Amino acid sequence: MLRIDRATYDAIVAHAREDHPDEACGVVAGPEGTERPERFVPMLNAARSPTFYEFDSGDLLRLYREMDDRDEWPVVVYHSHTATEAYPSRTDIGYASGPAADPRTHYVLVSTRHHEKQTGLVGDEVEFRSFRIVDGQVSEEDVEVVESYLFGHTPTTVVYD
Amino acid sequence: MAIEVRIPTILRTHTGGNKTVEGSGDTLAALIDDLDAQHSGLKNRLVTEEGKLHRFVNVYVNDEDVRFTGALDTQVKDGDSVTILPAVAGGC
Repeated sequence: MLRIDRATYDAIVAHAREDHPDEACGVVAGPEGTERPERFVPMLNAARSPTFYEFDSGDLLRLYREMDDRDEWPVVVYHSHTATEAYPSRTDIGYASGPAADPRTHYVLVSTRHHEKQTGLVGDEVEFRSFRIVDGQVSEEDVEVVESYLFGHTPTTVVYD
Repeated sequence: MAIEVRIPTILRTHTGGNKTVEGSGDTLAALIDDLDAQHSGLKNRLVTEEGKLHRFVNVYVNDEDVRFTGALDTQVKDGDSVTILPAVAGGC
């Protein structure tokens, strides 16, 4: 199961909408060894394409170096599909099954295929799904959106003096 | 002095959990052979049966992606820093 906070969920959806009709991509980093997606890092789609995404190789190096310095790893790797369902494509599966790709990664797919200009209407919903991809095998997992990780409280219960 | 190599999380199963290891060689190919002698199985993860660098893996020598510097023939020397990362890409 992927447990993700509301603000990060919304940020991923907003990024996907913003870059539509091109695919958007990025990671959510978290403390290495944990399942906590805490730090939203939108990346540039170097392919700038409606059918393909890739992290620029220099950006990728900088991203991993930064995560390394902070003892983080990419808990979530996300990208959008802009004309098809939010399900990993053969290309997605190929890369995710690569010899250096960590099978503990949660692959989040967002589809903006039904999204109109941001009208706020019901038909404006995007699909948001999460998958594990191990050796070419895809398994979908539940997504639980929590309000906040902050001490297990929702922000409204935090009292400032 | 040796060449420092940064290993991605999933390949640390080959390095006893170590994030970085050291090796030597004049080219990336020789370095990978040396690493494989110390950490069995590493070469198979990085180099295909045809003897090419796996396309889903990115390797950098001092910040330069080796795709642009001769791939496995890229020259390396003591003091260099090598980073191995999973390529992140896909498409619909």
